[in-house]
Amino acid sequence: MTIKQFQTKNTMLKITNLHASIEGKEILKGINLEIKAGEVHAIMGPNGSGKSTLASVIAGREYANITEGKIQYIGKDLLDMLPEERAREGIFLGFQYPIEIPGVSMVNFMKSAINEKRKHNGQEPIKAAAFLKMMREKKAFVELDSQLANRSVNEGFSGGEKKRNEIFQMAMLEPKLSILDETDSGLDIDALRIVANGVNKLKSPENATVVITHYQRLLDYIVPDVVHVLYDGKIVKTSGKELALELEEKGYDWIKNHIN
Amino acid sequence: MKSEQDIILGEVTNSDYKYGFVSEIEADEIPKGLNEEVVRLISSKKNEPDWLLEYRLKAFRYWKTLEFPKWANLNIPDIDYQDIIYYSAPKQKPKLDSLDEVDPELLNTFEKLGIPLNEQKLLSGVAVDAVMDSVSVKTTFKKNLAELGIIFCSFSEAVQDHPDLIKKYLGSVVPYKDNFFAALNTAVFSDGSFCYIPKGVKCPMELSTYFRINAANTGQFERTLIVADDDSYVSYLEGCTAPQRDENQLHAAIVEIIAMKNAEVKYSTVQNWYPGNKEGIGGIYNFVTKRGICQGDNSKISWTQVETGSAITWKYPGCILKGDNSIGEFYSVAVTNNFQQADTGSKMIHLGKNSKSTIISKGISAGKSQNSYRGLVRIAKKAINSRNFSQCDSLLLGDKCGAHTFPYLDIDNQSSIVEHEATTSKIGEDQIFYCNQRGIDTETAIGLIVNGYAKEILNKLPMEFAVEAQKLLQISLEGSVG
Repeated sequence: MTIKQFQTKNTMLKITNLHASIEGKEILKGINLEIKAGEVHAIMGPNGSGKSTLASVIAGREYANITEGKIQYIGKDLLDMLPEERAREGIFLGFQYPIEIPGVSMVNFMKSAINEKRKHNGQEPIKAAAFLKMMREKKAFVELDSQLANRSVNEGFSGGEKKRNEIFQMAMLEPKLSILDETDSGLDIDALRIVANGVNKLKSPENATVVITHYQRLLDYIVPDVVHVLYDGKIVKTSGKELALELEEKGYDWIKNHIN
Repeated sequence: MKSEQDIILGEVTNSDYKYGFVSEIEADEIPKGLNEEVVRLISSKKNEPDWLLEYRLKAFRYWKTLEFPKWANLNIPDIDYQDIIYYSAPKQKPKLDSLDEVDPELLNTFEKLGIPLNEQKLLSGVAVDAVMDSVSVKTTFKKNLAELGIIFCSFSEAVQDHPDLIKKYLGSVVPYKDNFFAALNTAVFSDGSFCYIPKGVKCPMELSTYFRINAANTGQFERTLIVADDDSYVSYLEGCTAPQRDENQLHAAIVEIIAMKNAEVKYSTVQNWYPGNKEGIGGIYNFVTKRGICQGDNSKISWTQVETGSAITWKYPGCILKGDNSIGEFYSVAVTNNFQQADTGSKMIHLGKNSKSTIISKGISAGKSQNSYRGLVRIAKKAINSRNFSQCDSLLLGDKCGAHTFPYLDIDNQSSIVEHEATTSKIGEDQIFYCNQRGIDTETAIGLIVNGYAKEILNKLPMEFAVEAQKLLQISLEGSVG
């Protein structure tokens, strides 16, 4: 692992010995993870390994019960914060299955989201003209058709449109830490390229991205600095981007045999 | 584990009623109780002609033979009709030509309700008839409207000044034998609004009636009568509020609309009677009969209602589509929270050829409330090639409330088409979390989702009122979700 280049940077997220269970069943069994500004991490792992649960716990979804461990985010105790506070502090979750909200237009939804964040930062609500300009720019980013603004949140969107809409929202909200949960699932190669381009363009030394994926495919487009393999609720292997390729080639059985 | 949804629901459904204040106004009241003497007394206070008194008495005698209707999906406590004051009027000078003569406390009351009666301060483009308890206290812009031949005044004035019109149309759409509350209203109604739009006139402003119950132990029984002559157009609004009291108060109104050839009437209601407290104590019993007749060919009547108040709501605004090619519409959002109960919907009676009707009903239930849609679509044998489309959606917030749908269809010919769609959904934990994750707190998220759900209906309201209604929806559901 090319640790040297990260050492000088600030730690954004630090997860220590995190245990979480759902309905009494332990899903996360002692996760340790540190993410610094400017980094892209990939978390890979077979189905049921706990990838999505980890993403949910960071975002603050309450169905998982945290039994042990802690999460530090920009120096704060993340587990003490409500989901909306985490979002306003710059955590963004790209949903694996984006939710439809009938009757609520994207414009209205985004405006509410941005203004909540601005209020949190002690800023005035965004001016209509500035907001519309921002919408236009960011839509172009993910090649989203301009009718989107008038449509209800995710309602009647195709699978690819929903995922692009997630990246669009990420672009609008300018998060510090983005977690993309299986953003590649169900995408054809063109959509995959658009989504990945969007993520790459948003990359900066001040923010960090966690890409959660089952397949190596997405990592051809979004090149991670670090790859983690999550298996049975633990991170069993951490290495550079070459790990993804090795995993793709040898399959998850290789990891299984590796640890057993 | 208590689900997030339950917690949310617990929180969002706890808000205070904004219009619960009482005004200190000296009132001219008659004693509690209901008998022929009371009916005569009301009639004489109004200086009514004999025919109207006779009509009231007939209705009263008929009412005495009736049993309280039990068919609604409502749990209605026994109402003691002898324990109600049937007439209560704020004391003031008999004739009001200018605002200076109106009791300042009355003006204050309406100002506080957001309905300034001073014409300079009024929303431009809205004329108001303000009704407090049993009487109309002020009608604005009367003179401007009169220049176009439009009559807009209190019902009592109309009885004095336009007796022919009243005699011709009163009870022509809702006869007193229609139902229990129609009979009761006809016997004891005390005021209301009257509106006549002459041939070919498009009314340039929104007309509205604002109903306020102030006095305690009083029932409000008002009538609204709207006549739109050939080729005319009017948009009419109705708003209502009442003080916060621990006892229940009765409101039983009648609205009748007559649309002649090519005429169009839009009637919008924002109903915000006091709904009772979180434990279900107090609140208005709202039993209303609203019906319009599309008398002439190509006429159109549309009802839009946003119902958020009242402990019990019982109303079915409907249309009799008598003219060929006539159109009836009903758009409704009914919100029930805490212990509120609503049984509401529409009746569309197709008699004319090619008549069309649309019913869109959106129910939102929260707390421990019960919300029912009840609708009747009847297509008579001669109403060939008629169409109806009905859509009834229910949105549940939490798992302690109920939503029910009772559609009745009665089709007597082969050429007509009737469609009925119904959906029931819950505000999902997923939707709320999705909003949370974008920085939107739960209460705001529910407001967004509910307004999104009701948007189709809110868009039908005149603009100034759509914004108000939107806020009202949010307030009504505050504390209903967590």
